[in-house]
Amino acid sequence: MNIIVPIKQVPDLVEELEIDSSGKALDTEWLKYKVNEFDDHALEEALLQKEENGGTVTAIAIDGDDIDKALYAAAAKGADRVIKITGLGDNPSNHEAARAMANAIQGIDYDMIFTGVQAVDDRDGQMAILMAHYLSLPHVSVVTSVEVSGGTATVQKEYSGGVIAEFEVQLPAVMGIQAASETPRYVPVARVRRAMRGTDLEEVSAGDVSVGGSTEVNRMFKPESGQGAEMISGSTEDIASKIVSLIKG
Amino acid sequence: MSNNVIVIAEHFKGQLDDITFEMLGKAKELASALGGQAIAVLMGHGIKDLAGQMGAADKVVYVDDAALADFNPEAYSKTAAEVVKAQGAKVVMTGYTSMGLDVGPGLSVDLDIPMVAYVSEISGDAATSSLYGGKMNVESAVGDSCVISVLAGAFPAEAGKEGGAPDVEEASAPDLSGLKIKFTKLIEPEGGDVDITAQDILVSVGRGIQNEDNLPMMEELAGKLGGEVSCSRPIVDNKWLGKTRQVGKSGLKVKPKIYLAFGISGAPEHIEGMKDAELIIAVNTDENAPIFDYAHYGTTEDLFDLVPAITGKL
Ligand SMILES: Cc1cc2nc3c(=O)[nH]c(=O)nc-3n(C[C@H](O)[C@H](O)[C@H](O)COP(=O)(O)OP(=O)(O)OC[C@H]3O[C@@H](n4cnc5c(N)ncnc54)[C@H](O)[C@@H]3O)c2cc1C
Ligand SMILES: Nc1ncnc2c1ncn2[C@@H]1O[C@H](COP(=O)(O)O)[C@@H](O)[C@H]1O
Repeated sequence: MNIIVPIKQVPDLVEELEIDSSGKALDTEWLKYKVNEFDDHALEEALLQKEENGGTVTAIAIDGDDIDKALYAAAAKGADRVIKITGLGDNPSNHEAARAMANAIQGIDYDMIFTGVQAVDDRDGQMAILMAHYLSLPHVSVVTSVEVSGGTATVQKEYSGGVIAEFEVQLPAVMGIQAASETPRYVPVARVRRAMRGTDLEEVSAGDVSVGGSTEVNRMFKPESGQGAEMISGSTEDIASKIVSLIKG
Repeated sequence: MSNNVIVIAEHFKGQLDDITFEMLGKAKELASALGGQAIAVLMGHGIKDLAGQMGAADKVVYVDDAALADFNPEAYSKTAAEVVKAQGAKVVMTGYTSMGLDVGPGLSVDLDIPMVAYVSEISGDAATSSLYGGKMNVESAVGDSCVISVLAGAFPAEAGKEGGAPDVEEASAPDLSGLKIKFTKLIEPEGGDVDITAQDILVSVGRGIQNEDNLPMMEELAGKLGGEVSCSRPIVDNKWLGKTRQVGKSGLKVKPKIYLAFGISGAPEHIEGMKDAELIIAVNTDENAPIFDYAHYGTTEDLFDLVPAITGKL
């Protein structure tokens, strides 16, 4: 099985988010990025497939802040090839990104594409499905299990309430991975550094990404907070007492 | 250009889902303002009767085909694209749900129109997305035509349940032979040790508890309160607790008398499962955590200090 895993950096939500002077986007000056958590799951699932069935894993990303580090980390975890797509402007729409991905992987022999199920910053739709439609491939998203046999994958998709639907999907296909079957592996910084020296980071150009237009952003704003909760402050003991009295009604 | 507002209806096990009514109510309002029709697209097999339940729609277009008997990303995408093309729409609404996720973005590609995702508000020509785990809102211009994926619970279902007698029209399915995806079966969740939907008090834990070794402290608190421990998704993905304890979009919807949220940020997918709890108390060191928009009471006290203090008082 040859698997392609698109990966993406997203703002770390633990940090405070600020809006820039345009009023339409995040202020990126102090923003800290991290790999989208669902991409860690997608990569993990791909590596597990490779360990079980052989084949290769290719991690691919669009050029941007800190992306080299994310790709080297993927290599350190076991990706065979890492590729960076260049020539897209800042903050491409997901439609453009999906187009660029579809262009970039044309020369690669693959059976499956695993993306993360979603990312916290995608305003215009999930890449797995966009890519699949550009490539005319079948797709399943919200996937929690993939088992391959011959040219078919048995795929489990999560509905609400813990109900799971199972599908048989002819390969090649695209899947939006919600959770890998194992907790994503961790790789120490020393191994990422080693990978930086020993890995060939390939670059390909985005090609033609013109798509049917995207919507304009009018403005970005913080949801009204504080409107909901009455905040309790004081010493730990005071807060604990107040909470106990609330619970006891 | 068409001024119709189309809703891709969702149903499961013979019943229309709440999201369908939530979208329909809003679609009706938008369509009347635009001077177009609110049209529900219903796909399935033997589902004609469901059409009559969508009284808020001006028209229901249904497609009945054996290949649509169970949800299938490929068959539903194909069919929805055909029907929407034939009807014409300014706005196409899909749910931000497991099924809707597999339909909305593809419609945007197949119809060659933009998409706005995670939408919690639509007014006039603008749609507002809840992004960054609920920490930022982004308002987009709807433009000539677009696909909108709607967050569950964003609009009241009641408005979509209003009675009426929609025109019901049958459309034929596109060629659904040679599909590359085949639905095989549904797997029901295994019964767990507890039913979190039946509890009066839930002590709910999120990634803020840092590791599995901190769970006993939370279980002790739940025990003293006569409640149970529930959790957010990452706790289940880490295999610290079973799936039956998960609250949210892909977990369970709970409505306890008291919901204590410890170290849970309040992502839309979590909120969906607990926002109707009678009393919500949130503990989160980040004063900007979205959970505080939904909680009745909150504190930024560190949970590792607070939990023993609460337990000590019980
Ligand atoms: C299709 C889909 C379905 C999903 N379904 C669900 C679902 O059913 N249920 C669900 O929960 N999620 C679901 N998610 C995931 C969801 O998007 C979030 O990733 C998840 O809810 C985050 O969990 P969390 O709040 O525990 O973690 P985080 O977002 O990481 O939040 C941890 C919080 O802990 C706080 N914290 C840290 N240390 C402390 C401390 N010492 N004291 C107090 N607070 C502290 C932090 O400030 C932070 O706000 C779904 C996602 C997708 C894409
Ligand atoms: N710009 C991008 N570069 C690389 N991968 C992406 C990009 N956008 C989306 N993806 C992939 O699609 C997944 C879901 O993100 P999104 O479609 O933005 O919700 C991510 O986890 C990545 O796997």
